[in-house]
Amino acid sequence: MDLLNAFVVLSNFVLIPAIAYGSQLALGALGVTLIYGILRFSNFAHGDTMAFGTMATILITWWLQSLGVSFGPLPTALLALPFGIAVCVLLILFTDRFVYRFYREQKAKPVIFVIVSLGVMFIMNGLVRFIIGPNDQRFADGERFIISVREFKALTGLKEGLAIKTTQGITVITAVLVVAALFYFLNRTRTGKSMRAYSDNEDLALLSGINPERVVMVTWLIVAALATVAGVLYGLDKSFKPFVYFQLLLPIFAAAIVGGLGNPLGAIAGGFTIAFSEVMITYAWKKVAKYALPESLEPDGLAQLLSTDYKFAVSFVILLIVLLFRPTGLFAGKSV
Amino acid sequence: MAEAMNNQDAFLIGDTMTGGYGAGPDILHDCTVAVNPGEIAVIVGPNGAGKSTAMKAVFGMLNVRQGSVRLDGQDITSLSPQDRVSRGMGFVPQTANIFTSMTVEENLEMGAFIRRDDYAETMEQVYTLFPILKEKRRQAAGELSGGQRQQVAVGRALMTQPKVLMLDEPTAGVSPIVMDELFDRIIEVARTGIPILMVEQNARQALEIADKGYVLVQGRNAYTGTGKELLADPEVRKSFLGG
Repeated sequence: MDLLNAFVVLSNFVLIPAIAYGSQLALGALGVTLIYGILRFSNFAHGDTMAFGTMATILITWWLQSLGVSFGPLPTALLALPFGIAVCVLLILFTDRFVYRFYREQKAKPVIFVIVSLGVMFIMNGLVRFIIGPNDQRFADGERFIISVREFKALTGLKEGLAIKTTQGITVITAVLVVAALFYFLNRTRTGKSMRAYSDNEDLALLSGINPERVVMVTWLIVAALATVAGVLYGLDKSFKPFVYFQLLLPIFAAAIVGGLGNPLGAIAGGFTIAFSEVMITYAWKKVAKYALPESLEPDGLAQLLSTDYKFAVSFVILLIVLLFRPTGLFAGKSV
Repeated sequence: MAEAMNNQDAFLIGDTMTGGYGAGPDILHDCTVAVNPGEIAVIVGPNGAGKSTAMKAVFGMLNVRQGSVRLDGQDITSLSPQDRVSRGMGFVPQTANIFTSMTVEENLEMGAFIRRDDYAETMEQVYTLFPILKEKRRQAAGELSGGQRQQVAVGRALMTQPKVLMLDEPTAGVSPIVMDELFDRIIEVARTGIPILMVEQNARQALEIADKGYVLVQGRNAYTGTGKELLADPEVRKSFLGG
């Protein structure tokens, strides 16, 4: 038995990737949950909003790179991120002005908004493929590792190595900063509180003189920023492919629903729940078991519960279990 | 009696209102309710008499097809509820009248949303009126008891420093002891000079504290008088107060 090496292997293949992936899902789910809480519909276009924001960031990154601009050891994409957010905000506000606002004025039912968002999703989907194409794009540059396997082994003398990619570090730090800023905004500022009030009790918010159009606009601003940040972090960590972003919709919605739709804290918890489940269920535990268990108990096979090809099934199953036993999510969410 | 109460010049008056929700049938027929500074006016009547509807008409939540609503001499019949709030009307709905997921203090802050000046003093006044709210200021309003929630709701409406306060069944669903306490608080609010127009199920207790009472039946004024007069009126006693 060698628990230290077991823990290093576990960290390298499960904990660190799941924390990074969980942060990305949490940021995505926060956007979905804000839309649900305040505009009161499930935004199916969220995955493609992420794709659009990321695409804008990538194009600006390439342009910066062509000018010879770099961010030292950090990816140039971080410099391009604010501009990517700005472009995404423009598209989102344009969409709201010319699509969603029409249905708001009609006082359309939430289910109609869902279908409308489906239409927006297809348009954005097409737009992204039209501009950047359907292929894989890599745009990460700068230092690849904070600590590589070889450095770690030399440092600790352990048999197993541990690598932390720069993008993983950036993901976690950015996610923490963004979430802290978001919660400060929602809980401490007048506008943020008015958003929570509007989400809590629309009629009373109107009576209190809160302007719904302003609340909606600020919500879209925040959602566009969250979606772009989540998309860019995911793209840096893995790669950018429009179809993959569309597919992210499932784990993101699962995260938001598991945590309780409309509840920001729940979205974060949901993001990590889904990420950890996905990674742990599709990971081959043989190597960890080899170190952690006595030799007589060592597994013969890979000890992998599910092939990675089926990772989406994990989100589905968790979603089903939660909906069966706690329909409003782990944290009290609401249902329209 | 109605003439004796000098309705026409009242501070807030819904004058001979006829109307209903949207394009639906008329619910109110020539209905008049009014209140003056320092007064508590109470609207009572049997179920379905249009009590809440009369109050909502005064607040602009339904179509008043005939008659008018005047605040401080100005015709506000065509204003939206939001505009009436900025003109100085405070309204406490019967249900869903607090932000349950927000703290007591945040509820009060949201009440003061339209104010751009410093409202700390008003908040202190609300805390003086409702000491329990100060104690629970950091607690989510949804976790409070029924009576405390009603105090939050009234406090929220007071944060705009309204010129008139309208309460839709403030004692609905609270125990008799809590009801007495709420009425005491409402009298205290009235003593600060704010006119109060209130709809009440508990007719007898409400008329006891009322300077002015309106008994509505099927959307019409059936009896009008001071609270004492109505309590003493044998007709009113027989029909609505159980003898």
